[in-house]
Amino acid sequence: MSEPKSAPAEALLSLENISLSFGGLKAVSDVSFDIRKGEIRAIIGPNGAGKTSMLNCINGFYHPQQGRITFKGRTRKSMRPHEAARGGIARTFQNVALFKGMTTLDNIMTGRALRMKRGVLWQLLRAGPALREEIEHRRFCEEIIDFLEIEHIRKTPVGKLPYGLQKRVELGRALAMEPDLLLLDEPMAGMNLEEKQDMSRFILDVNRRDGTTIALIEHDMGVVMDISDRVVVLEYGRKIADGVPADVQGNQKVIDAYLGVPR
Amino acid sequence: MANSEARNAAAAYADFDTFPKHLRHHARIRAQRPAVRQKDRGIWRTWTWSQVEEIVLCLAHAFRKLGIERGDRIAIAGANRPKLYWSMTAAQALGAVPVPVYADAVAAELTAILENAGVKIAVVQDQEQVDKFLEINESLGCIQHILFDEKRGLSDYAQENLLDIDTLLDAARADFARDPDARAAILREIDAGTGSEISVMLYTSGTTGRSKGVMLSALGCVSAARDTAGFDNLSDRDEELAYLPLAWVGDHYMNYAQSYVAGFCMACPESPETAQQDLREIGPTFYFAPPRVFEGLLTRVMIRMEDAGAIKRWMFRHFIGVAKNWGEKILNRKSVPLLARAHYALGERLVYGPLKNVLGFSRIRVAYTAGEAIGGDLFAFYRSIGLNLKQLYGQTEAFLYVTCHKDGAVNVETVGPPAPNVTIRISDEGEVQFKSPGRFVSYYKDEARTAETVTPDGFVRTGDAGIFDAAGQLRIIDRAKDVGKLLNGGLLAPKFIENKLKFHSAIREAVVFGGGREYAAAMINIDLTAVGNWAERHNISYGSYQELAAHPGVYEMIQKNIESVNEALAREPMMADAQIKRFLILHKELDADDGELTRTQKVRRSFVAERYRPLVEGLYDGSAEADIATDVTFEDGRTGRVSARLRISGAKTVPPAAKERAA
Repeated sequence: MSEPKSAPAEALLSLENISLSFGGLKAVSDVSFDIRKGEIRAIIGPNGAGKTSMLNCINGFYHPQQGRITFKGRTRKSMRPHEAARGGIARTFQNVALFKGMTTLDNIMTGRALRMKRGVLWQLLRAGPALREEIEHRRFCEEIIDFLEIEHIRKTPVGKLPYGLQKRVELGRALAMEPDLLLLDEPMAGMNLEEKQDMSRFILDVNRRDGTTIALIEHDMGVVMDISDRVVVLEYGRKIADGVPADVQGNQKVIDAYLGVPR
Repeated sequence: MANSEARNAAAAYADFDTFPKHLRHHARIRAQRPAVRQKDRGIWRTWTWSQVEEIVLCLAHAFRKLGIERGDRIAIAGANRPKLYWSMTAAQALGAVPVPVYADAVAAELTAILENAGVKIAVVQDQEQVDKFLEINESLGCIQHILFDEKRGLSDYAQENLLDIDTLLDAARADFARDPDARAAILREIDAGTGSEISVMLYTSGTTGRSKGVMLSALGCVSAARDTAGFDNLSDRDEELAYLPLAWVGDHYMNYAQSYVAGFCMACPESPETAQQDLREIGPTFYFAPPRVFEGLLTRVMIRMEDAGAIKRWMFRHFIGVAKNWGEKILNRKSVPLLARAHYALGERLVYGPLKNVLGFSRIRVAYTAGEAIGGDLFAFYRSIGLNLKQLYGQTEAFLYVTCHKDGAVNVETVGPPAPNVTIRISDEGEVQFKSPGRFVSYYKDEARTAETVTPDGFVRTGDAGIFDAAGQLRIIDRAKDVGKLLNGGLLAPKFIENKLKFHSAIREAVVFGGGREYAAAMINIDLTAVGNWAERHNISYGSYQELAAHPGVYEMIQKNIESVNEALAREPMMADAQIKRFLILHKELDADDGELTRTQKVRRSFVAERYRPLVEGLYDGSAEADIATDVTFEDGRTGRVSARLRISGAKTVPPAAKERAA
């Protein structure tokens, strides 16, 4: 099988020999992989394999005890969350983490916060340059609302929305950051078939239209194999496979990890 | 004053026998007035009449370059988008015939219509419609080009006959800039159009069998719209929200034709889901909705009131009571005691005003409902809070209006006197027949059925049974062929009873049987919103619609509803025999995708009777349960089979004499 992407695709992010433990519990041990510019990279594995821990290392929420993270050519021992955000990494969470009392629009607007240049005082005045800036950001958010087809809930408090829509709003907030790398933690968990189809379409569109690099954790194998360019498989904190979907699907270790090894 | 102005305006229009000519007229005399609005990316955008004229001319030019000629048909499919409306006018400018079709119709349904119409070009909204039309055209092959409005998701499509409207518009603008004669040529085409040409072809919803293409002439459309715009004093200061399906005569009349005739602004919602919010933002002055929309709104209001605090609940009950007593009289400008007037004014400030504001009804001068009979209490509710809601009776074949209520003479039992310039007669069989300026020319390619519908002396058979009351107002009882007799000779008007049932918020849809049987029986569809809310308040948990529908508590509630309808029927001497003895609650919602409803959401009674035959048998053979298995179509087009065992329950009937005894 040939690689779908042309050969000299440069790595946007590479993780080398990452190990992370909480006290005596080893969450991730000695895992290395990279994410290339413009690809959809899936991270899969059984429950507790360390997938979310991996994402948390990437966006600086966890600091691995060992290993190196190279993002956009700069190598560090660990990221810090604000560095990651400023550097263009946005993410969604396994358990939706929105501001429940705020409207869809306001939630998405928070994604623009890092790009607002005027200070708090200007924004309190809500006049002149601050107003112009807000209008510009609002326009950007409206494009996202249009893209995600959530016009009808623009002014609805997020806490009142069904789960599937909340997931969509969360994606909207991440997109509002105009990220270079988008981390999606189980974007389709708990969705029905139709919602999954919609979400897959949005993910593919973001990737194709804006060229956004995407790393996602997902349990629905059908979706993973359909939309991702490359897949890395973790089990008990270790990497057991890495490659294009077809290779990974046929890998005996992966099959064993998912189905269990016969004794 | 207003009347003489209207007459002057009518005189000034004398030469304007087509809609494109009206467009040019408005672009001249009210160039900077708003013609169309659309909410896009959260902002209302406005096009003036002169901007609309320019776009329509460009579109017409583009159509002409694609080979459209006088008499060709152009399909229009999608939601209420300005570009789709403009495409209709552009087609008419060239003398071509727009054929709006239902956007949610599945490919198989559409194929029959498009084949019958023989469309050359399709103008559609988005990828969803493009996919459908591409699929249809694989078998049909007659559609040469598909034009689309929204390009999202279409960038990967390689089909050469797929064109972006914006690209065509840009090209047309460039042509106009280069060659002034190109523009003049379109203007000449508009001038060459005559009132006798076909203006639009609207396909009937197919309540009775296959859809028919109703051909309406330009002058017929213009005159019908002009008559009623004058009747309700519509002017260019009015405003309306276009949210009804494009293919329905109601939309083409209220939003398209009347906007062109009166010169008012038509607003297009952001998406079908946001229509209710957009209504609030626009605050239309003229509004039209089928009864089920008013019903749905009232149900929502009632549900929210039940969840409101005690003070608010008390205020609502109290002032709605006041409105019930005086609202109708105040609306009709009758004399009302000063104290009552003051009480009502307080209610307006505290309850009715805010309520109308929430519903988007604050500025409405005239509101109509039609399509189906509306529940008396429902109708009275809206009128009592000061909404000038009226009924009209219409048909695609008449270009809508046959009768309509006059301000100040509104009676819910009737649909009003004949509309201006309409003649109505009742045939010996009790069928309503009419002759009107907007009368259709014929059904497309269907002389046989045209002859069936139009009498030799030029009257159109409506298929509805009706009577005139003492005040000269028409009262529609039912479909002429649906009115039946029970075995004991009692009259059975199923729709009359169904409408009474549907007024209860728990009942979304009802199908009444009984023609040629011993007694009347009903199948009920519960309203998931209302019953779901009820279940929540009573701590009843349920996993699905089916489970909720079968709940004993729900059966009990529905039984009470039915018994109250029986009491009401007992009070009407003509209908007293048709009280409902037995009923069941269906395990699934009746759905247009399964063919149980028409696209305008009317029940196809005979189809339902056939499909649920075991259930109908169960209603009459005295059994306590009946089994049913049906095929259903899911939203994504897959089909499946749903089977269920349904309980059949009895309801108490009231002897007709009960009224005297109680009194």
